Amino acid sequence: MTALFEVDHLQKAFGGLNVTRDVSLALGKGDRVALIGPNGAGKTTFVNLVTGHLRPDSGQVLMGGEDISRFNPMRRVRAGLVRSFQVTRLFAEMTPEEHVALAILQRQGKSGRMAGSFQAMPDVMRETYEILETLNLTALGRVPVSEIAYGQQRLLEIALALALRPKVLLLDEPAAGVPHSDTFLIENALAQLPADLAVLMIDHDMDLVFRFAKRVIVLAAGEIIFDGLPVDATNDVRVREAYLGGYANGSAA
Amino acid sequence: MSAGVSVTAMPAQNRGWQRDLIGIAVILIAAMAGYFLFPDNLALLTRMIAIMLLVLSLDLVTGYCGVATLGHAALFGSGAYAAGIAAAHFGITEPITMIAIGAVGGALAGLISGIVILRGHGLAQLVLSIAIIHLFHEAANKASQYTGGSDGLSGISPDPILGVFEFDLWGRTAYVFGIVLLLLVFILLRILVRSPFGMLCRGIRQDPIRVSAMGASVKLTLIKMYVISGLVAGVGGAFNAVSTQVVGLDSLSFTNSAEALVMLVLGGVGSLYGALIGTIAFVWIEDLVSAANPFHWLTIVGALLIAVVLFAPKGLYGTAATLVERYRRGGK
Ligand SMILES: Nc1ncnc2c1ncn2[C@@H]1O[C@H](COP(=O)(O)OP(=O)(O)OP(=O)(O)O)[C@@H](O)[C@H]1O
Ligand SMILES: [Mg+2]
Repeated sequence: MTALFEVDHLQKAFGGLNVTRDVSLALGKGDRVALIGPNGAGKTTFVNLVTGHLRPDSGQVLMGGEDISRFNPMRRVRAGLVRSFQVTRLFAEMTPEEHVALAILQRQGKSGRMAGSFQAMPDVMRETYEILETLNLTALGRVPVSEIAYGQQRLLEIALALALRPKVLLLDEPAAGVPHSDTFLIENALAQLPADLAVLMIDHDMDLVFRFAKRVIVLAAGEIIFDGLPVDATNDVRVREAYLGGYANGSAA
Repeated sequence: MSAGVSVTAMPAQNRGWQRDLIGIAVILIAAMAGYFLFPDNLALLTRMIAIMLLVLSLDLVTGYCGVATLGHAALFGSGAYAAGIAAAHFGITEPITMIAIGAVGGALAGLISGIVILRGHGLAQLVLSIAIIHLFHEAANKASQYTGGSDGLSGISPDPILGVFEFDLWGRTAYVFGIVLLLLVFILLRILVRSPFGMLCRGIRQDPIRVSAMGASVKLTLIKMYVISGLVAGVGGAFNAVSTQVVGLDSLSFTNSAEALVMLVLGGVGSLYGALIGTIAFVWIEDLVSAANPFHWLTIVGALLIAVVLFAPKGLYGTAATLVERYRRGGK
């Protein structure tokens, strides 16, 4: 059986720095996986390599057995591989309503239409507000993004990913920058993700990770050092070392 | 909660078209005012209309998509030469057909410019656009058999419009024809910028990486917009050929491109109204100042630009719109 999503021996170096070392992993339908690791471990780089925003030195990315390594980011999204960004990337002058509607229109192949308005399309409007409602953003539907709080922009980032109805979703620190009082909104959103969607979430908040993930992958210095059950991760010697080493280096600097 | 949103949670449709009706009314009133207040200056007003079409066209790629270009007159000039050559060499003198030919010529030039200019980003993009306008200019200069080279292309004598309205000595027909074209283009562009495609373009200007992460093609979208922009500039160029009955190399010049950009910045980038107002302001001031003191015209333009960029960075229209918005919010 071919995996829904597979990464095969991915390698990447920036100059002399090996940021991704022979990374291989697979996700199946409905997987809930957390990718954790100290700062600078190469987590975001891994996402960039997989989504086509960076070009790997070697290795492959496959969706449903098909090699998508040569696809540009756009085609990978169309193949069902969607990401969110660690640092929010949104359209400052546009409203949440416009963001989500644009993503829906894009998914439906209607974003090239040169007449009409999404506000006059009841199905698009209904879905837009369903998604905004899930993330508690309805009241901000028509406020330009530049005027809404960063925490809520993070929620919108997830809303966009949802609107694209991916098969595989890569969330890069969805809770980073969200006030603690609002992380439950992110968790709610995560809990409502379609059951057969495969999700890989990067995060530093261990409570969130342990509530969410059935499987944990630990990346340290570009290498996968652990792939297994969350309970085992905490007891793993190499994982402890990686984190302690990271903290030790951090305090020495 | 997620089972479905009650209809009350969903805000009503924006009534943007009501504003558009007001906008169209304002354009019509201004057009009539121009006609009756300056009956001896219709030629200037008619030239203004042609330039407005160029600046609107530039606004589509620069204002809505964020493409920096100093070569946009290539699209305008191509439209002008296409219509002019069709009339002078192939006897196609029916004005609406000439405009259509100009639109096609402009669209082709838009396609070529777009493919070349969009290969670069930032400064490289700007340099490519300058290269484009010089190449177009030189090509028109060399093909003097068709274009008349530096002497310009003359011998364009359009038929009466629809076989009824003859082009008169005072330029009344040309002016009214121009207003009709301008309104048509304006209405179509309002529809375009509000459409899903228009929204996608605005998204590209603000964050192209986000757009590609949504699965949309940035490149293809921009090239489409370039072709549309070429249609509009081509109509402008063709209209200039029809109304002045000559086409000069200056229509394909770097100066013409740069001035169009200045007009857009003056009026307000990223708004169709800004494009119109910027053109009126620039051409009008140019006319006033160059009549009073031809030597200081460029000095005044420079001072004006500095003033706008420093004190009204969103341009005349953009700044006014912001002030009105702030006043409204404060009033509530
Ligand atoms: N474009 C780049 N050029 C050079 N080095 C880079 C580049 N992008 C990332 N790096 C380096 O690669 C390493 C991994 O960075 P990455 O952003 O993938 O880490 P991360 O695991 O996501 O960290 P964090 O938890 O802080 O987000 C870092 O040392 C970083 O400095
Ligand atoms: Mg990161």
